[in-house]
Amino acid sequence: MHPAPSVILFSTLSGLGFGFLAFLGAGVLLPSGWWAFFLWGLAYGLAVAGLLAATFHLGNRKNALKAFSQWRTSWLSREAWASVATLAVLAPMALSDWLGLGLPRIIGQLGAVLALFTVFTTAMIYAQIKAVPRWHLWLTPVMFLSFAIAAGAMLSGAVWAPLALLAVGLVLLALWRVGDGAFRRAGQTLGTATGLDRIGLPTLFEPAHTAGNYLLREMIFVVGRKHARRLRLIALVLASLLPALILLLPLGWAGVTLAALVHLAGALAARWLFFAEAEHVVGLYYGVRA
Amino acid sequence: MNDQPRIDLSRPVSDEVRQTTCYMCACRCGINVHLKSGKVSYIEGNRDHPINKGVLCAKGASGIMQVTAPSRLRAPLRRVGPRGSGAFEVISWDEALETAVSWMKPLRETAPRKLAFFTGRDQSQSLTGWWAQNFGTPNYAAHGGFCSVNMAAGGIYTIGGAFWEFGQPDWERTKLFVMFGVAEDHDSNPIKIGIGKLKARGARVISVNPIRTGYSAVADDWIGITPGTDGLLILSLIHCLLEAGKIDLDYLAQWTNAPLLVNGAEGAEKGLFARNAESQPFVIDRRSGHPSPWDGKGVQPDLGAEWQGDRTVFRHMVEEYLKPDYAPETVADRCGVTAGRIRALAAELAEVAFEQAITLDRPWVDFRGNAHDAMPGRPVSFHAMRGISAHSNGFQTARALHLLQIILGAVETPGGYRLKPPYPKPIEAHPTPHFVTTPGKPLTGPHLGYVRSPDDLALLPDGSPARIDKAFSWENPFSAHGLMHMLIPNAHAGDPYRIDTLFLYMANMSWNSSMNPARVMEMLTEKGADGEYLIPRIIYSDAYASEMVAYADLILPDTTYLERHDCISLLDRPISEPDAAGDAIRWPVLEPDREVRCFQSVLLDLGARLGLPGMVNEDGGAKFKDYADYIVTHQRRPGVGPLMGFRGDGSDEGRGAPNPDQMERYIANGAFYQAHVPEAAAFMKPWNAAYQDWAVKLGFYETPQPYLFSIWSEPMRRFQLAAEGFGPRQPPDHLRERLKRAMHPLPVWYAPYGDEDAAFGYTVHALTQRPMDMYHSWGSQNAWLRQIKGRNALYLPTKIWEAQGFMAGDWARVSSRAGVITVPAAHMAALNENTVWTWNAIGKRKGTWGLDADAPEATTGFLLNHLISELLPDKAEHRGHRLSNSDPVTGQAAWFDCRVRVERVAAEDHARGLSEPSFPQLPDPPRAGGGRAQNFSKSFAKSFRKLLAPVEGKR
Amino acid sequence: MTALPGATERRLGLVVDLDTCVGCQACVTACKGWNDQGHGLSDQDAYGANPSGTFLNRVHSYQVAVPDAAPQIVNFPRSCLHCDDAPCVTVCPTGASYKRAEDGIVLVNEDACIGCGLCAWACPYGARELDADQGVMKKCTLCVDRIYNDTLPEEDREPACVRTCPTNARHFGDFSDPDSAVSRLVAERGGYDLMPEMGTRPTNKYLPPRRKGPGQPSPLAPLLDVKATGIAGWLDRVLGKI
Repeated sequence: MHPAPSVILFSTLSGLGFGFLAFLGAGVLLPSGWWAFFLWGLAYGLAVAGLLAATFHLGNRKNALKAFSQWRTSWLSREAWASVATLAVLAPMALSDWLGLGLPRIIGQLGAVLALFTVFTTAMIYAQIKAVPRWHLWLTPVMFLSFAIAAGAMLSGAVWAPLALLAVGLVLLALWRVGDGAFRRAGQTLGTATGLDRIGLPTLFEPAHTAGNYLLREMIFVVGRKHARRLRLIALVLASLLPALILLLPLGWAGVTLAALVHLAGALAARWLFFAEAEHVVGLYYGVRA
Repeated sequence: MNDQPRIDLSRPVSDEVRQTTCYMCACRCGINVHLKSGKVSYIEGNRDHPINKGVLCAKGASGIMQVTAPSRLRAPLRRVGPRGSGAFEVISWDEALETAVSWMKPLRETAPRKLAFFTGRDQSQSLTGWWAQNFGTPNYAAHGGFCSVNMAAGGIYTIGGAFWEFGQPDWERTKLFVMFGVAEDHDSNPIKIGIGKLKARGARVISVNPIRTGYSAVADDWIGITPGTDGLLILSLIHCLLEAGKIDLDYLAQWTNAPLLVNGAEGAEKGLFARNAESQPFVIDRRSGHPSPWDGKGVQPDLGAEWQGDRTVFRHMVEEYLKPDYAPETVADRCGVTAGRIRALAAELAEVAFEQAITLDRPWVDFRGNAHDAMPGRPVSFHAMRGISAHSNGFQTARALHLLQIILGAVETPGGYRLKPPYPKPIEAHPTPHFVTTPGKPLTGPHLGYVRSPDDLALLPDGSPARIDKAFSWENPFSAHGLMHMLIPNAHAGDPYRIDTLFLYMANMSWNSSMNPARVMEMLTEKGADGEYLIPRIIYSDAYASEMVAYADLILPDTTYLERHDCISLLDRPISEPDAAGDAIRWPVLEPDREVRCFQSVLLDLGARLGLPGMVNEDGGAKFKDYADYIVTHQRRPGVGPLMGFRGDGSDEGRGAPNPDQMERYIANGAFYQAHVPEAAAFMKPWNAAYQDWAVKLGFYETPQPYLFSIWSEPMRRFQLAAEGFGPRQPPDHLRERLKRAMHPLPVWYAPYGDEDAAFGYTVHALTQRPMDMYHSWGSQNAWLRQIKGRNALYLPTKIWEAQGFMAGDWARVSSRAGVITVPAAHMAALNENTVWTWNAIGKRKGTWGLDADAPEATTGFLLNHLISELLPDKAEHRGHRLSNSDPVTGQAAWFDCRVRVERVAAEDHARGLSEPSFPQLPDPPRAGGGRAQNFSKSFAKSFRKLLAPVEGKR
Repeated sequence: MTALPGATERRLGLVVDLDTCVGCQACVTACKGWNDQGHGLSDQDAYGANPSGTFLNRVHSYQVAVPDAAPQIVNFPRSCLHCDDAPCVTVCPTGASYKRAEDGIVLVNEDACIGCGLCAWACPYGARELDADQGVMKKCTLCVDRIYNDTLPEEDREPACVRTCPTNARHFGDFSDPDSAVSRLVAERGGYDLMPEMGTRPTNKYLPPRRKGPGQPSPLAPLLDVKATGIAGWLDRVLGKI
């Protein structure tokens, strides 16, 4: 799949934002006054920036509101509802923290559940796609949620945040491990894609068009094996190990900031790989996989 | 579900439908052109049309993009810079026409041959030829010489009709269809429709072709023959059939010259038919054992006769083909086909022809007056095209294939190969070449014809060729379509003489229509000692900014095919079916929006300004307003004009006075007309009295022309005799040996001349195929078609691919005795192991066809033409003469004789990623530009999305 | 709305005959022409270095290594299969993507499409292309604007690709009727689904290439040994048959 900046930014920032919102809502951290304004503002900012980035992936934004209509069947529609609901439910909590209104925490806790559900819906947008075997795994929502939780924990300064970050690393390793065999396990080949396995072993002779097209741009992306290995290492170190290590250092909020920035870089790398390494079965028709 | 959106399911397709004829290739299908607000909105096939019956190919359905192509020229141009620089100024039509007249008029008055008028993809040859004839130059032809004249001439000299588009298998009845060397050639859609019919009823299709694509891909069996050996394979099949006695003796005895006696006495008559007192060939009647007329009623010709030392053609044939030289075991290695497969194919042919024979219950009477109860059929049919004809042995190979059809009794019988009116037509019904010039006077007849003997050659009194292309000379006596590929080389060399003005129509001679285009570009721009171009003046007409435009001095811009009149005439290449004669028109379904004119109207205008006979009235004024006026009012013979339908008062067919409403009637009739062959006349046409009478009624000829198929070709034997030293007209010595070999009166096989290159290390065959979705250069300017095929690769067989360790993305350096190219390589398994190939004419010169200079067609696209010389390599036996790289019988360009060597160039060693050779970019000539309107309101959003969108990735 | 309609009244679709398709690309441009008509399917950089455009039907070409036989080339047209369990429909957030209850045709309501591309991701067959000019998803409509079009003659009420196919390798019909021509073709020729494991239950079916290779005729027996008897003997034997 093509690693489009819009979807990478969207899923990474919104994951970070909704993860942090969950922690703020749940009251893991109880800021007040302008500090609360800043932290809630950061969380909202990340979440909204992510959602805005997502709209850049749309070809026809003027219809965006219609995306709320199909919540019964579409994970993307559910995500729209969940994200808006989260932002709406948590707004009074944020105001309460900032202005010291003292509203009951249960609102925040409800918002926290919604925030994590939002992350889950985001993950399900990918996990539901059977045509991309690497995504079509229960580990996909686990990965998205682990990122959100680790980010929330880290930004909230939770003492167990390093553990959550290490868990992210483990989930990434598991996802890569399981994901690497997913396409093969799905059992689709050019032979099944064309049905020509009935007569022999097909390979590409000529492309349908020598010119480019949407499918090739959007869904057929080949990343070099060596390149991928290097990036995995970078993602692992930056998203998990290094920020965990930084948090263990006695650096206070400076440490959290540094860890968050490093983690963000790692998350972007991991998310780039999430798209770039994902192979769509349509690539079979183009001879990308034999 | 009621929340489904309501959609308008019955939206009217368009405001208006206009029916005309397609021109996206030479197939000439009927099309429905839909117009919305005066613009073309959609093109589909015309269901009522005899050629395509509603279907349409990829090109035809993309015609809309041809009409909006930015490469359309927009006004007449005069060269202002050096030739080839592409510097032009726009001039008015008056100026353009006056310039052309000022160049041509003096030539006509002094030396008409100094004008050479050659047309490329011309569908109006009966007009262009007539114009050249009236101008008085002998130098006229269209592009058949570099296309497939072997196919045309080989057929007409043998069965009085050809493959190409002049006949077709009896698709409804044939049970076994065998193709030789057929890619997307003529006839495009009809062959696809036919194959579809065979597939629907599970009939068997076999393809003999080095390359298994297209029709060969769906064939039930594929024989990946070595190029240039088809003739040998066919003669081996004949050997097997003769050996087993699986031949149609009755058919041979009645309808072919097999029972004619061949003069066996040494001397000037040897090998010609023995003739009786009335100078008629004759047969021996089995009943009496006495000589009898070949066309006598009730005669039963004896195929095995020997009379006064003369033996029948049949005996000569049997003696020849039973030789062990033709045994499958002898030819197998050479053909790249095992003896077992050859024998199996022969057995399959015999099985279907004789064990699965069919009979049509149609009584008929033959030209001898013998009545027959029924029409026996051999449900085996064949088709062949360029794969066999574009070799220097192609004429004889085509003859061999016709002989195979004949001995199976499968021509013009039910289930076999059927000719389309005005064919069948014996060579006797065709003209001979006309070439004698008289200043200020027309030629006495048409240029192109069928030579019967050395007496018909187009030679000057000193024995030198009369034509600039040396057509109808000893070098290629039966060059019925001329040799357009030799026009520029000969004019440049002044061999046989110099010309002044080259007048070309729709012929991309400085690119894909020439062998060795790099050299041709030089020839077009070289100057003599006097500082004058060696070819002093070039006038060119084309609708588009092709590679040739830059090499002309005066450009007469043509219209697109939707903006013009045309006629697809029985005088030329009609749209007939075996069951109906057919012709068609084009008419302007759109008005041109630029200063362009239908070339044929321009030609008539020029003719009038030059005062050419037939084109001016007695008062000297123009006789025809335009091409449409000519189409309707011109009469070639009294009552016979370009169109056969709606003549006279509108009810006459074939013959009749001109009808001023004829064009309107054609338009109302879907732009075509059909005259149906009576059912009893539908088969056995050359011998069927009902057909012959119908043909005369339609005006194909003035009297019935029954004839026998020519297994033994007397015209060929006459040339062999000349080469042996007999007769007053003698060939030059350097051509004697090859004439003796090539002009054998029976179909024979000899190695293509290109095979000699193998001794120089060029062991691999190199071929091109025309893609089904691209018609030569024309498709490249088409926004849809160029997306399908905008790049080409050289396909290498597994043997070469693996031996040299080729990998995906590698390049191939391909060399021949004529040149070197470096091009993208790709692997193909379903390919003869000693053959490489690519798609034809994808490569373009930078700056042409309205494409950006970095378009893939101009960067990686390539031509094989650079590997092919227009001349044969010098050899001692040529004695210093330039000999064209052509078939020695017809002058057909021997494109497929090409032999090469292939070397791997690793991708990393060819980092530039450009095909070689490349040529300097040509400047854009003044052209229409634009193309399809772009939606600018979207462009902001688009460029914004582009910012976020991926950098264009791998592909 | 993006819920699938369950069983549809009719199941309209195509049969593509891979034994007959010569790869001529006629269906590709007929489809482009019908669905474009000057505005529907855009092209980018049409005359430039990287042309790209929206096509709803593309014909690939594959080579097939066949055990104990010569390698083959198979031309393979690919367009929307109008699946019964169309994942492209259920993923759509706006309801733009839907399957018609009356005939099973899968369509995009462009007025509701936000161009998110998710449906294209969900389709295993690459049947959907986002138009770069209009920003909305395009796909095969089975020419729904032809097949019910009262302004067209009855015989023309079929998809443009079927109407134009010169070899008649494409067939249109109702698969819910076991006696329809398409159902019979599928039954007789072993029509199959693409990637059935994807669980999409395609409506369109493909007919496999027939078995290819040399025929099995009885070998031709020579009439007699020509070497021994000479041509004369052969002639006697053959011509005696007249």
